[in-house]
Amino acid sequence: MFKQLSSPHAHGPTKTSWVMQQVSLALLPGLAVLTSFYGWGNLINMLLAIIFALGFEAAIMALRKRPVMFYLSDFSAVVTAMLLALSIPPYAPWWVTLIGIFFAIPVAKHLYGGMGFNPFNPAMVGYIVLLISFPVQMVEWAAPRTMTDLPGLGEALSYIFLGIHPPDGVTAATALDLVKQNSGLLMEQLWEQTPQLSTASFASAGSEWVNVAFLLGGLYLLWRKLYTWHAPVAMLATLLLLSAIFYDGGSSASKGSPLFHLFTGATMLGAFFIITDPVSGCTSNRGRLIFGAGVGLLVFIIRAWGNYPDAVAFGVLLMNFAAPLVDYYTQPRVYGHEKRSNVRIHRE
Amino acid sequence: MSQNLTQRIKTAQIWDIPGGIHPPENKAQSLKDPIAEAPLPKQVILPLAMHIGAPAEPLVQVGDKVKTGQMVAEPKGLVSAAIHASISGTVTGIEDRPLAHSSGMSGPCIIIESDNQDDWVDLEPIDNFRDIDPATLVEKVRYAGLAGMGGAGFPTAVKLQPRHTIHTLILNGTECEPYITADHALMRERAEDVIQGALLMAYMVGEPEQILVGIEDNKPDAIEALQKAIDRAGDSRLSQRVFPTKYPSGGEKQLIQILTGKEVKSGGLPADLGILVQNVGSAVAAWEAITQGKPLVSRVTTLVGDALGRQNNYLARIGTPIADLLELAEIDRNKSDRVVVGGPMMGFTLLNDQVPVTKITNCLLVPSLKELPAPPPAQACIRCGLCAEACPASLLPQQLFWYAQVEDHDKLRDYNLFDCIECGACAYVCPSSIPLVQYYRAAKGDIRESEREKVKSDHARLRFEARKERLEKEAEEREAKRKARMEAAKAKQAASDSGKSSDGASDLVAAAMARVKQTSANPEETRLKLERQKKTFEERIEGIEAKIAEAESDDIKAKFSSQLKNTQKKLDGILEKLDSLENTASQEEIAPAPEKDAAAAAIERAKQKSEALAGMSESEKLKSTLASLKSRQEKAAAKVAEAQASGADTLEALKTGLGKIEEKILATEKQLTELGED
Repeated sequence: MFKQLSSPHAHGPTKTSWVMQQVSLALLPGLAVLTSFYGWGNLINMLLAIIFALGFEAAIMALRKRPVMFYLSDFSAVVTAMLLALSIPPYAPWWVTLIGIFFAIPVAKHLYGGMGFNPFNPAMVGYIVLLISFPVQMVEWAAPRTMTDLPGLGEALSYIFLGIHPPDGVTAATALDLVKQNSGLLMEQLWEQTPQLSTASFASAGSEWVNVAFLLGGLYLLWRKLYTWHAPVAMLATLLLLSAIFYDGGSSASKGSPLFHLFTGATMLGAFFIITDPVSGCTSNRGRLIFGAGVGLLVFIIRAWGNYPDAVAFGVLLMNFAAPLVDYYTQPRVYGHEKRSNVRIHRE
Repeated sequence: MSQNLTQRIKTAQIWDIPGGIHPPENKAQSLKDPIAEAPLPKQVILPLAMHIGAPAEPLVQVGDKVKTGQMVAEPKGLVSAAIHASISGTVTGIEDRPLAHSSGMSGPCIIIESDNQDDWVDLEPIDNFRDIDPATLVEKVRYAGLAGMGGAGFPTAVKLQPRHTIHTLILNGTECEPYITADHALMRERAEDVIQGALLMAYMVGEPEQILVGIEDNKPDAIEALQKAIDRAGDSRLSQRVFPTKYPSGGEKQLIQILTGKEVKSGGLPADLGILVQNVGSAVAAWEAITQGKPLVSRVTTLVGDALGRQNNYLARIGTPIADLLELAEIDRNKSDRVVVGGPMMGFTLLNDQVPVTKITNCLLVPSLKELPAPPPAQACIRCGLCAEACPASLLPQQLFWYAQVEDHDKLRDYNLFDCIECGACAYVCPSSIPLVQYYRAAKGDIRESEREKVKSDHARLRFEARKERLEKEAEEREAKRKARMEAAKAKQAASDSGKSSDGASDLVAAAMARVKQTSANPEETRLKLERQKKTFEERIEGIEAKIAEAESDDIKAKFSSQLKNTQKKLDGILEKLDSLENTASQEEIAPAPEKDAAAAAIERAKQKSEALAGMSESEKLKSTLASLKSRQEKAAAKVAEAQASGADTLEALKTGLGKIEEKILATEKQLTELGED
């Protein structure tokens, strides 16, 4: 008697845990740049977030009577934790991270069926819950190194764990906020008058290099073929196009230059690490083009005319809603069929 | 390869297929040496169904001596293939044996013990096939037992009789699956036969405009050999097309796409496009079948895998037990835990190795545990889409997986499950190690099963409806009869009612009728019955006499003789009875029985009396009947109303009763008016 196995008998080397590890790895340059420009905050937050995430994941797996280590080792909780920690302000108190992770992992992921079944990006759900519930803590981003002396490790720990509010110099409005709030100044004047912009190399101080780092991480993942170029390119191209249209020659009504939009806020993190989440995104390449373009469009609309300074999280969640529909209408043409399949209204 | 040659091959246009993967090829280990001939097996097991289609029908019996190449089972039906003895010896069994099948199922096989002579039948070679009519050649291919040797096993002759004009013949030398090198070895060693076989097949299908040999670029020695053979053949229709190695380029549909840019319509055949694809092994087999008259009794099989000491291609007789070949290749049973028939992508594992090599066994892969480890437990699908990028048919495997899990057959069809060729590329790339192909196979099986069920239930429904209709009709007829009887009974009742008053005339009538029945109806019936009995007994006697004639021992004869005597006695009794009956009958004819006459007279009298009585009181009688019926109707109507109010179960019955009473009233009223008119 021999062992019975179903074909194929050969398997490729790619494993889900390896994919997740690669994603985590690709996030590290961004983390390093964030830490270098804004201090210890994001690093501490990230360690905290990972601990919370693994704790919640393990507890839920135990509750669901599943093998805990088998699921922890897929690394997906770590990636979610990293993404959330990179999104929240560096000196947000510890309980903000805890609540964010709670909504990301137990609620957005496991209440929807766990790994692979969540319709929404868990990290973005966590982020949006925080943004809506705790606007004070969430809009206070740290001032970059170019503007101020960074707090030391001890100070950073005290802001995060002891509830000590960081002094005004440590926090500052983000560049996106400044452009949004601008009403009377030409772009050129705004750039000269605000340190966030005047100390920048090409887009906005600190944030520009963070975006460069995420772009590099993303290119690494593309090179590793962990996802296709479709969604990121569609999102960045849409953002570029819209910001070019509404740049308005840098007048006081300008929404900021294309370069500014591409390299500020969460643009690159969104393009290469959030909208490329396969679970909550679109499935076919044409679908991914639409998904990415949709996020780009929503990001620009909300940045330019919405109430929130940045909009990647909203853009992603709104497109998550649309993903099943987009998937339905963007199936590839199957071999031997003349038309693309099933552009057909559902039976029920 | 010469520069010139490479140049020429590269000029032809080829197309790419979507998806595909590049698993490690693992072809070198079995290509070090030329094809080796496996020693003659001591026994061969020849399954009657080695091909797609109807199993062949045995022509031999247990104990028959057979020669190598002798047909032992003939094709049954159009889609079938003949089977030949692959060794000379004795047929020792025609019985069910385990087959080389993933389920480990058994099937009918012819078993031949070798006489070690390998004594061949006389072959009928054809020197120049162009002297023979193509249809005759196709028939010869059919009786040579050819079935697609690339692994599908579709009877070659059927494909050589396409319904459409073939303008392109494609020879499939792709062999894209890792590890398998049977075709590769054949092409490099017997390129001449491959090309000549292609020209032969072209002749059989009406000389297509072009003959393309498709091959992946990982077989430079085979490419060179084939090109030389093509050049020697000097037929301008022949050309070799080399394309980049990618799995599964060798799938029939994929190869057509690569070489012509066309797609076989879903559910259609390549012939619809005017294209015919044949495996290079089939071309060689056809060439041998026609020019040497040699039926398909052996094939090249790759034995490969780290658990084998001698990895090589072997020319094995069809029916050779796989265990023999594994021993020949020096299997290390400690190193391996499975034997895969076919390649690592689409092959299936054997339950045991006591099954035979068949016409489609192109590879036996015996990997070591390290070489092809079993996949880790499946994780959740993260919808990464790597499967969709690998799918050569542009399906969405992740969606198919989703709907296969929830058994949504409609959605599976919408997502074109049946266009899946089960190549395994999706499962190969899946980072969550989900056995996708297994899900698709199971889902396809379920859908086919439910379709069969549907056909069955449709059939059952039609039958049920027909039955219902028939029963309703019968019930109507019964009801009509019942009514007729009721009318008759009523008339009779009326007659007897009127007769009662006249000194028991009805009794007299009844008595008379009964007597008449006894005397007149009985003789005829009895006679018929007796004649039937007579016939049965006569037949029985004949049978017993025959048995006596056949009986071998006196004992048995005596037993039958006594039986015969008894039967004869009974027959005599019947004949006697018949005689007496006929006598009475004839007597009756001569002189009718006096009682019968009396009875007739009595009936006549009774009738007259009752009619006279009825004539006087008919209308009154009817009126009183009507009155009583009306009072019954009132009571019944009250009961119905009561039942309706209380919702009693008896409502329906009561309603029917009321209806009947009303019917009776109507009938009586009609009678009354008729009476009035009279």
